[in-house]
Amino acid sequence: MAVIAEPVAAHVKPRSLWSRAFESRNFLGAMFMVPAIAILILFLAYPLALGFWLGMTDTKIGGVGRYIGFQNFVSLSKDSVFWLSVFNTIFYTVFASIVKFAIGLYLALLLNERLPFKSMVRAIVLLPFVVPTVLSAIAFWWIYDSQFSIVSWVLIKAGLLSRYIDFLGDPWNARWSVVIANIWRGVPFVAITLLAGLQTISPSLYEAANLDGATNLQRFRHITLPMLSPIIAVVMTFSVLMTFTDFQLIYTITRGGPINATHLMATLSFQRAITGGNLGEGAAISNAMIPFLVAAILLSFFGLQRSRWQQGGRD
Amino acid sequence: MSTVDDQSVGMDYLESFPRKFLRVYLPLGLIIFFLLFPFYWMAVTTFKPDAEMYDYEKYNPFLIAHPTLEHVKKLFFDTDYPLWMWNTVIVSVSSTFISLFASVCAAYAIERLRYKGSRYVGLAIFLGYLVPPSILFIPLAAIVFQLGLFDGNLALILTYPTFLIPFCTWLLMGYFRTIPYELEECALIDGATRLQILTKITLPLSLPGVISAGIFAFTLSWNEFIYALTFISSSENKTIPVGAITELVNGDVYHWGALMAAALTGSVPVVILYSFFVEYYVSAMTGAVKE
Repeated sequence: MAVIAEPVAAHVKPRSLWSRAFESRNFLGAMFMVPAIAILILFLAYPLALGFWLGMTDTKIGGVGRYIGFQNFVSLSKDSVFWLSVFNTIFYTVFASIVKFAIGLYLALLLNERLPFKSMVRAIVLLPFVVPTVLSAIAFWWIYDSQFSIVSWVLIKAGLLSRYIDFLGDPWNARWSVVIANIWRGVPFVAITLLAGLQTISPSLYEAANLDGATNLQRFRHITLPMLSPIIAVVMTFSVLMTFTDFQLIYTITRGGPINATHLMATLSFQRAITGGNLGEGAAISNAMIPFLVAAILLSFFGLQRSRWQQGGRD
Repeated sequence: MSTVDDQSVGMDYLESFPRKFLRVYLPLGLIIFFLLFPFYWMAVTTFKPDAEMYDYEKYNPFLIAHPTLEHVKKLFFDTDYPLWMWNTVIVSVSSTFISLFASVCAAYAIERLRYKGSRYVGLAIFLGYLVPPSILFIPLAAIVFQLGLFDGNLALILTYPTFLIPFCTWLLMGYFRTIPYELEECALIDGATRLQILTKITLPLSLPGVISAGIFAFTLSWNEFIYALTFISSSENKTIPVGAITELVNGDVYHWGALMAAALTGSVPVVILYSFFVEYYVSAMTGAVKE
């Protein structure tokens, strides 16, 4: 065999290091990764690390900061506005997420029914998620206006109220108002992704349950929910993440007011870092979000994912 | 994903109309009303003259007695709005193309070249998707300033890919995985290079995935707010969301008509694009969640 093979081998040109490199998976892989990795390291990984560092300095805009250890965190821990923003963030995330999940799941179940113009209805439902958040938030701002609110006007005309609601002037009204705006924006995302999950559930399961005499509620409880739970876990993780770090809605509708009653940690860090010029302190507030964020992710992800093994799904 | 047909409720025909109306149509209608009302209100306010806007006693607020283009005209001719629109288009288009290019290369390398450690890189990119902009904007502002990019379109074009690339790469990895290996093997045997395989086989076959990623990335960058608010200071460099909220409010005087006109006209381009590519958009949104 070797004797026959030899003349063939002689015809093969000796190949340069360069052309051999282009057949190596590792070299080629590295070349293909360059654009993505370059951007992500320079504008994602490096800022993330720089953020940790900034949080330990007293950097001001346009100046060079000094390392001051945990002093930013010590002063924040005595800052009542900071703790108020932590409370607001948790309040906002918990209530908005629960309601978004409830309405979203309900809407997904409704959309999964046999409906006329189904795909059009689905396209319309997703609109609040598609439209720029700031622009729809401006509409909410106008709806919540203290003198010309359409909601107040309708309620007064219906005889349910005697005077205009001060939506954004009263701390608790303002908190609920921004929660409602957030729910409005988030429901479509939850509903449409859960609908995609619902559509993958095999109808034969429901047929089998029907034959066994299961009621609607039983079918929902023992088929729909367990089959849906992996996707619920992922959707709610994303939803919690987006709500916890929300900035646009608050900045547009209330700017954190009245008297800091709606400041979230993100808006407070913007106010301190960019408006106030204390980059170091703002970065410290951002960093303080990270443990909460990780806890929220772990809680919603693992808490909701428990039952995955029951379906024998892959991981 | 395998979409199951509409037969999921097999005994649907047994249900009477009034019953189905109460169980399905009424709640669905109420939720849709809640979801669409702000848009209706936005549109009504845009075309309403000031006199009607502030007088609910004489005019029914839900209707427009004398429609006017006054607010739209004011917005387009008395403010920098056309410039904001232009900036938004430039920034969204460029950052989408940069991200698509980088993501296609990265996703192909991770999914198909399977170089050493590609699994971990894929995981790291997914984790990058979970890093929210509201944590990154402060250090990024410092970096943008150092690089001399502050207050220019380039600051946004280069920073938007930080949330677009992880998303697009993750989505495209899923699409590339569905293309059979055998096609690539055939091409390799015929002497095609990896680059030829990518451009002539993998990309055309995963075109729906590329379109989905592109549409979604475009709307994400059109909607972006916090980076644009932080990195841009002069009016002529702003994007629509930032310009609307910072330039149309003079102290305590809110130009509601112009604000609503900006909200409406700033939303229309994304909505038109969305309406043409609904399926792609939905598959991008659900695809990223399902992996």
